[in-house]
Amino acid sequence: MIAEKTGLSKPDSKLAMAFMWVTFISLLIGGLMGLLQTLVRTGNFTLPFGIGYYQILTVHGVILGLVLTTFFIIGFQFALMAKTVGMTSKQRKYGWASFWVMLIGTTASAIMILLGKASVLYTFYAPLKAHPIFYFGLTLVIVGSWIACFVNFRQLYKWKKEHPGEHSPLLAFMVVINMLMWFICTLGVAATVLIQFIPWSLGLDGEINILVSRTLFWYFGHPLVYFWLLPAYMAWYAILPKIIGGKIFSDSLARLAFILFLIFSIPVGFHHQLLEPGIDPMWKYIQVVLTFAVVIPSLLTAFSMFATFEITGRQKGYTGLFGWLRHLPWKDVRFFAPFMGMVAFIPAGAGGIINASNQMNQVVHNTIWVTGHFHLTLATTVILTFFGISYWLVPVLTGRKIDKKINTLGMTQTIVWLVGMFFMSGSMHLAGLLGAPRRSAFSEYQGSAQAAEWIGYQYGQAIGGSILFIGILIMLYNFFYMTFKAPKGVEEFPIAASPTGTEPTPLVLENWRLWIGITVVLIGFAYTIPFVDIIQNSPPGSPPFEWPIGNN
Amino acid sequence: MHLHKYEKIWMASGVGTLLIFLIVLGIGAFYQGTQPPSCMVTLDPTNVQAHEAFKEDNLGLQKLGEKEYTLNVLASAFNYDFGKDEEGNPIRTIRIPAGSKVMFQATTKDVIHGFQIAGTNVNMMLEPGYISTLETTLDNPGTYTLICNEYCGTGHHLMTATVEVYEE
Repeated sequence: MIAEKTGLSKPDSKLAMAFMWVTFISLLIGGLMGLLQTLVRTGNFTLPFGIGYYQILTVHGVILGLVLTTFFIIGFQFALMAKTVGMTSKQRKYGWASFWVMLIGTTASAIMILLGKASVLYTFYAPLKAHPIFYFGLTLVIVGSWIACFVNFRQLYKWKKEHPGEHSPLLAFMVVINMLMWFICTLGVAATVLIQFIPWSLGLDGEINILVSRTLFWYFGHPLVYFWLLPAYMAWYAILPKIIGGKIFSDSLARLAFILFLIFSIPVGFHHQLLEPGIDPMWKYIQVVLTFAVVIPSLLTAFSMFATFEITGRQKGYTGLFGWLRHLPWKDVRFFAPFMGMVAFIPAGAGGIINASNQMNQVVHNTIWVTGHFHLTLATTVILTFFGISYWLVPVLTGRKIDKKINTLGMTQTIVWLVGMFFMSGSMHLAGLLGAPRRSAFSEYQGSAQAAEWIGYQYGQAIGGSILFIGILIMLYNFFYMTFKAPKGVEEFPIAASPTGTEPTPLVLENWRLWIGITVVLIGFAYTIPFVDIIQNSPPGSPPFEWPIGNN
Repeated sequence: MHLHKYEKIWMASGVGTLLIFLIVLGIGAFYQGTQPPSCMVTLDPTNVQAHEAFKEDNLGLQKLGEKEYTLNVLASAFNYDFGKDEEGNPIRTIRIPAGSKVMFQATTKDVIHGFQIAGTNVNMMLEPGYISTLETTLDNPGTYTLICNEYCGTGHHLMTATVEVYEE
C-alpha cells in the first residue's frame, strides 16, 4: 500500500509527460483556430495573410479531435498501466517509439495543412484529394497508437503471468478494453487510407470507391468517440471515488460496462451515414438499434456514479434524501471539473439520441446542431474530465504538489469553460434547429432571410468561443505552473479500492477470447451483408479533385 | 454478480423505455414508410448526363400532375444546376405551389455535396455515382434557402439557391 501514496518512477513519468506536452500545445493551437472560426462566422472578421477558413477548420479538427485526444489518452493510459501493472524498460522504449511515430505523423500532416495542400477537414472525404503526405502522416499517427496498444496488451499479459489466478487491476483492465476497441476500429480507417487513399492520391489508382471509403471511415468514426470517452469513464469509475474519500461501487459492474462498450461501439457506423444513398435502409435501422445498445452501459455508469456519491456521503454521516450531496468536495478541482463534465453529459447524451434516431437525424444532419452536440460530449464532458485528471497527473509526473493557488485557478477555469460552452454550444444547437449548416464559412446565402436569422446565434458562438479561449489560456498557465512552479512534493496518484466484503468478480469478465469473439461476430453481422452489397452495386469510382480545396 | 434492487429497477425501466423507443422508430420506418433517404440507383459520376433525369433538358422542376412534381438537380462545386429558363439564363429560384408533393432527385458530377432546404425536413447527401431521392409534401408557403451542408471546397458556403413555396 506504500505504492498508493507515491508517484511513478522517473522514466515512466518522463514518457507520460511527453504526451502531456503535445496535448497542451495542441490545445493552444487548436483552440486558437476555434476562436478564429467563431470570429469569422460573425461576418465582421477576415483572416489575414490569405489563410483560408477551411484550412483553419482542418487544423482545428485534426489537432483537437485526433491529436490532442490520442496523445492525452495514450499518455494517461501509460501512467495508469505503469502504476497498476508496471512497465519494463523494454516496454518503455516501445512507448517512446509510439510517441515519436505519432509525433512525426502529426508534424507531416500539419505541414501539409499549413501549406494549404490538405484543406479536406479531419474527415478527409473522397473525392476531395489532399497531398499524399497528409495521408501518410495520419497513417503514422495510427501506427504509433498501435505500438501503444501492443505495449499495453503486453504489460497486462506479463502481469497476469506473474500473478496467476488473480484479477487484473481494474484500471489496467479498462485500458486494455479501450485499446482493444481502438485497435479493432482503426483497422477500418487504416484499410481505407492504405488501400484506397494513398494509391489514389499518388496517382497509382485512377479512381476511388466513395461509399466503401466512407463506410470504412465511419466504422472507425463512431468507436473513435468512445475511445475519447472511456478514459473519462476510467477516471469516473476508479479515481473519483478515491478523491471523494470512498470506494468503487462495484468492480464487476465497472468491468461489465466496459465490455459492453467494447461490444456495442463498433457495429454502429451507419448511424453517421443515415442520409446517404446506396445503403439499404434495413441495415441502417439494424445499426441504429445496435447504436442504442450503449444506453445499457451508460445507465450502469450513471447508477454507479451516484451510488458511490451517496454511499460515501452516508458513511460520512450525512442523512436525508439529498443531504449526502453536501459531503462532495465541491471545492476540489480534481472532483469538480470531472463532475461538471458528467453533468454536461446529460444534455449531450440526449442530443446524441436525437442524432442517431433513424428519421430524426434528417432534421439535424450536418447542421451546426451536430457541432454543438460534440462540443458538449468531447469538448465538455471528456475535456473537463481530462483537465480534472491533469490536476493530479501532471504534479505526479513532475514531482510537485497541487497547491491552493492552482486549485482556485482550476475551479475558475472550469467555471469559465462551462459559461463559454453554454453560450457557444447553446447557440450552435439553436441555430442548427433553424437549419444553419456546420463546416461553413460566413455566408449571407444570397441575402436569404433565413440566413439572416442565424447571425445572432453566430455572435453567440463568437462570445462563447472567446470565453472558451480565455479558459484555454488559464488551463495552459495551470499546466506550466504545475510543470515548473508548483511546490515540490509527492502528489497522490488517486486509485480507489473495491469495497470490502463484496462477492468476488466473476472470472468470465476476463475471458478475452469470449468478448473479442462476440465483438467480431457482431461486427460481422452488422457489416458483412451491407458491405458486400455496397461493393457489388458500386458505380464507377471517382477521379481525384484538387481544385475545390484551392489546389491545382 | 450482485445487482442492487434499485439498480434492477433503474436498468429495467431504462431498457424498457429504450425498447419502446426503438419499436416506435421501427414502426415509423417500416410501417409508416418514413425511411431515411436511401436510393439505390447508381450512375457513372464522370458522365451523369447519360442518365435521363440529368440531361440538360430534364433538369429543374418537372410537373407530373396536379400538385405533383419532380425536381431534378445536378450539383457541382459550387452550384446547383436546375437548367435554364426561357431566356437561356440559369434558373436560381424554384417556385412550387403550396401543398405539392415533390420528389427531389439529385446527384453530383464532382465531389460530395449536401442538399438541405433549411426549415424543412429535406436533407440528404449527394455522392458521386449515386442518385439521391427524397419525397415530401411542401405544405407551408414561404421562401426557403437551399444550402450545401457538406464541405465541398473553398466556395462551399456560396453554394445555395432559393425554393419558393407560394399559395395559389
